[in-house]
Amino acid sequence: MPGYLYTLLIPILPLATFLVLGLFGRKRLDDAAGIIGTITLLAASIFALVTAFNYFSAGKVNGVYQQVIAVKYTWLQFSPNVSIDMGILLDPISVMMIVIVTFISLMVHVFSLGYMKAEGRLAAYYAFLSLFTFSMLGLVLSSNIFQLYIFWELVGVSSYLLIGFYFDKPSAVAASKKAFIVTRFADLGFLIGILILALNAETLDFRILIERLTNTQSSWSLAITGASFMGLSALTWGLVLVFAGGAGKSAMFPLHIWLPDAMEGPTPVSALIHAATMVVAGVYLVARLFPVFVTDGAALNIVACVGAFSALFAAIIACTQTDIKRVLAYSTMSQIGYMMFALGVSKYGGESGLGYMASMFHLFTHAFFKSLLFLGAGAVIHMVHSNEIKGMGGLRKLMPVTHTSFLVACLAIAGIPPFAGFFSKEEILTAAFHANKFIYSIGLFVSGLTAFYMFRLYFSIFWRKEANVHNPHGEGTATMKLPLIVLTAGTLLAGFVPFSKYISSDGAPLETHVDWVFSIAPVALAALAILLAAALYKKENDKAEKIAATLGGLYQSAYKKFYIDEIYLFITKKIIFNCIGRPAAWIDKNIVDGLMNGIASATEKTAGFIKGIQSGKIQNYTLYFFGGIAGLTVMVIYLWK
Amino acid sequence: MNSIPLSQILIVSTGLFFIGMYGLFTRRNMITMLMAIELILNSVNINFVAFNKYLYPDKLDGIFFTIFIITIAAAEAAVAIAIIINLYRNHHSIDAEDAGEMRF
Repeated sequence: MPGYLYTLLIPILPLATFLVLGLFGRKRLDDAAGIIGTITLLAASIFALVTAFNYFSAGKVNGVYQQVIAVKYTWLQFSPNVSIDMGILLDPISVMMIVIVTFISLMVHVFSLGYMKAEGRLAAYYAFLSLFTFSMLGLVLSSNIFQLYIFWELVGVSSYLLIGFYFDKPSAVAASKKAFIVTRFADLGFLIGILILALNAETLDFRILIERLTNTQSSWSLAITGASFMGLSALTWGLVLVFAGGAGKSAMFPLHIWLPDAMEGPTPVSALIHAATMVVAGVYLVARLFPVFVTDGAALNIVACVGAFSALFAAIIACTQTDIKRVLAYSTMSQIGYMMFALGVSKYGGESGLGYMASMFHLFTHAFFKSLLFLGAGAVIHMVHSNEIKGMGGLRKLMPVTHTSFLVACLAIAGIPPFAGFFSKEEILTAAFHANKFIYSIGLFVSGLTAFYMFRLYFSIFWRKEANVHNPHGEGTATMKLPLIVLTAGTLLAGFVPFSKYISSDGAPLETHVDWVFSIAPVALAALAILLAAALYKKENDKAEKIAATLGGLYQSAYKKFYIDEIYLFITKKIIFNCIGRPAAWIDKNIVDGLMNGIASATEKTAGFIKGIQSGKIQNYTLYFFGGIAGLTVMVIYLWK
Repeated sequence: MNSIPLSQILIVSTGLFFIGMYGLFTRRNMITMLMAIELILNSVNINFVAFNKYLYPDKLDGIFFTIFIITIAAAEAAVAIAIIINLYRNHHSIDAEDAGEMRF
């Protein structure tokens, strides 16, 4: 087995870039920042590909992919058994993730060379991108649940920095705060979940944790399933809380409210963080602990239900939004819902582990076509300087490359063969069909909706009316077109990767095949939805408005995102602020501050009294001196026995 | 030789002591205050010499203390006058009331 020490370089390289650009970039390296970031990331992605090649060609023992600890360093030793390690864990999903993260990040870096050219503070921008890439790589390579948590927070911070990159725009500042607070709130659940699991399993290491908790006869497993709180076992609580953290990062209902607002950040950032990498961290987390989730049906059911509901919920909202990036954001949420419910309906090992493999496969293909969609949207926004699809139209002649790549990505996400999304979505639907017919029907309906809203977007941007955009810089620089072309190729080819041979729930290769009869329903539904979108949006007409008017309240509430933001505001502003915040503020102002002020003023008064003695008159001092002596003398004479 | 009783000598020294005390408390002139301190010290000297002479005539301890005190008084006078000169340079006055900067 080859040594994997060089994998350490994959996260270290972006970290080095971050430090160099962060410390020295602003003064000296503003022009070269993009080049530096891109080159180091190119090196990192080459290392990632080498790792993947070595691992997938030589990582098997007895036909099963093994987990390899490439690097391990004990960081904090709490007790002889429990320590926080810093390490690198290689297994099929982490190797897949480092390839995706480095590759998409590289594409985004290249795209940013053109897209961000006119912006200031480039060194800071690339430094933040590098920080994000580093933390994301650290997250997926973590060998220890606490290490994962540390990088999880780092990812949150770098996402906060990047969403708020245009910090002179109040909406961007508000969006970055919202993203940070909502995910932070979810992470509280994650931390408690970690503590419950780690306390009962007496370890933080993933491999030992999984080994101890999946063996239902072990003392650790008996302890955690034996303890119960409010009718659910401690294991369920731990897993549900861990999943809550994952749901926060992955924008699952009801913690999704930050994702649409996060689109205030630069578009390449959305392509990297809010499409391909950070938002799938929750899926990755569930996949990482999947063997433990499988032992607990209740927790897995919650994962499936939340995933399916989010997929449906987001798809409905996406049909009504008019901001190009928000449509894509809701589409991301919907697709992540797919990945979640695929995990939720899966079992461990063999054929019944199809959902797990399908989820990872969809994660893989989704990374390509969704980042392609975002970068395409970035190119469009670069052209028309607006996010609103109302002002777009007829751009297909002006932007041939963007048009083609966007069309390919739309076909892929709609699940039309032979594009990447078709294969992964088929696997998900197959897995759902065998496990739960209700979730399958939701998945099927959502795949139709997906096709509809994506092609609504496509026709609105590229067809509908004659373009009235006059822009001297044309479609964009070569550095903007190159990632689009590369990702289009990726979208075309990713579906043909024999994915199940490499990644499955138990590491053993899985034979899958496309069942063409089964595929008829989703593909036909998608085709129908595309035709509907074409009828409504290809030519300028008022059919869409009429339908919206007929739907009335339903359309309005979807357009307003089902008032989830308003509900949150109501709960926080009206209930929490008034019932908890105000009394707490009163106690703080009157009792805590009052106590402190009282002590301070008492001290001051005493001091004012004492300082009168310090009159500065030498005779007074002498008087005290002799008075003291006289007093002492009296004491010595009369009281000394 | 013993015609003067001890009590009379003690009356003189006590008088001298309280004259010194009075001067120290009432005068604001630093030189006068210094002189008052010298009076106090000398009243103590008289006490030492008198007690030595009348109670322990064959010992010299009291005499030695007196010599010590005279020496210390000389040193003290030197230091005090140095302080007073510096005070005068800064304030153009040797009135104790005028040097009140260190007051709270």
